[in-house]
Amino acid sequence: MSRRTIGCLLGVAASVALLAACSEKPQTNAQGVKFDAVPWSGTGAEANTGTVFTAPGWKVGDKTAWQQQIKTRMNSQNEYTKEN
Amino acid sequence: MARMKFVCDAERCIECNGCVTACKNENEVPWGVNRRRVVTLNDGVPGEKSISVACMHCSDAPCMAVCPVQCFYRTDEGVVLHDKDVCIGCGYCSYACPFGAPQFPTQGTFGARGKMDKCTFCAGGPEANGSEAEFEKYGRNRLAEGKLPACAEMCSTKALLAGDGDVVADIFRTRVVARGKGAEVWGWGTAYGSQQAGNPPAGGVKQ
Repeated sequence: MSRRTIGCLLGVAASVALLAACSEKPQTNAQGVKFDAVPWSGTGAEANTGTVFTAPGWKVGDKTAWQQQIKTRMNSQNEYTKEN
Repeated sequence: MARMKFVCDAERCIECNGCVTACKNENEVPWGVNRRRVVTLNDGVPGEKSISVACMHCSDAPCMAVCPVQCFYRTDEGVVLHDKDVCIGCGYCSYACPFGAPQFPTQGTFGARGKMDKCTFCAGGPEANGSEAEFEKYGRNRLAEGKLPACAEMCSTKALLAGDGDVVADIFRTRVVARGKGAEVWGWGTAYGSQQAGNPPAGGVKQ
C-alpha cells in the first residue's frame, strides 16, 4: 500500500471522526412530555422544598382536602364576604 | 373543581407591580424574563386603566396548537404547562399567544435564545413536585403546597384573582353588581371564551 493511499485513508478516518459530532439528533419526541404528578400529592419532604412550605390545614395525598384548601384560599380573595 | 383561571379587575389595579415582584421573587425568574407584567392603557391620562398580564392558561391555547414539538400539556386543573426538555425554543408560541406570555431568556455572549419560559400558575412543571429540578426549570409549585399563585395572593387591592373559574367569576360578578360598572374582563373572552367578547353575534359579523 502506497503512502498516498495510507494518507487518504487516514484523512477519511479523521474526517469521519470529526464530522461525527455534526450528526443530527433525532427530531422525534420519542420520550414524550413527562408525566406531571397531581398537585395534591404534595411537594415531598426534601429540605428547603418540601413540607416546610406546605400550607397547613390539609393532608397531603387527600384530593378532597386539597380542593377544600384551595377553595378556602380562593374565597379569601372575596372581601365582600368579610366583616367590615 | 373546574378550571384554574386568572381574572384582572382593571377597575382595581393600581399599577403597583406587586404581582410582578411576587412572581419574580417566588420563581426566581432571571433578568429579561417577565412571566407577568402590568400594562397601562392611556398612561398619564385621567381614567387610565392598568391590567396585570401573564399566561391566561387558555381553554383552547394557541401556543399548544402551533408548537411543532408538542411540548405543551394541560393539567386536570386546566393549567397550561410545558416541558422544557422537549421545547426547542423556536418561538412559534410567542407569535401565537395573544397575551405575549411566552418569554425567551437570552444567555451567552451572543444572546442565544433559550427555551421558552412562561407563567406556570405556580404549578411547577413535569419534574417531580417540589424537586430542585422543578424549581430550577419552572419555579415554585405552590399548587402542590395548597396555595394559589403568588401574584394573586400578593395583590394588595385584590385586582388580580386566581382560582377556579366559577369562583373567581362569582367574586368578580359580586363586585360588578356592587359598584355598578366594569363588567368587561380584560382577556377573559379571548382566553376562556365568552358570549360577550370574541364571539360574533348570531348570524352577524364579529364586531
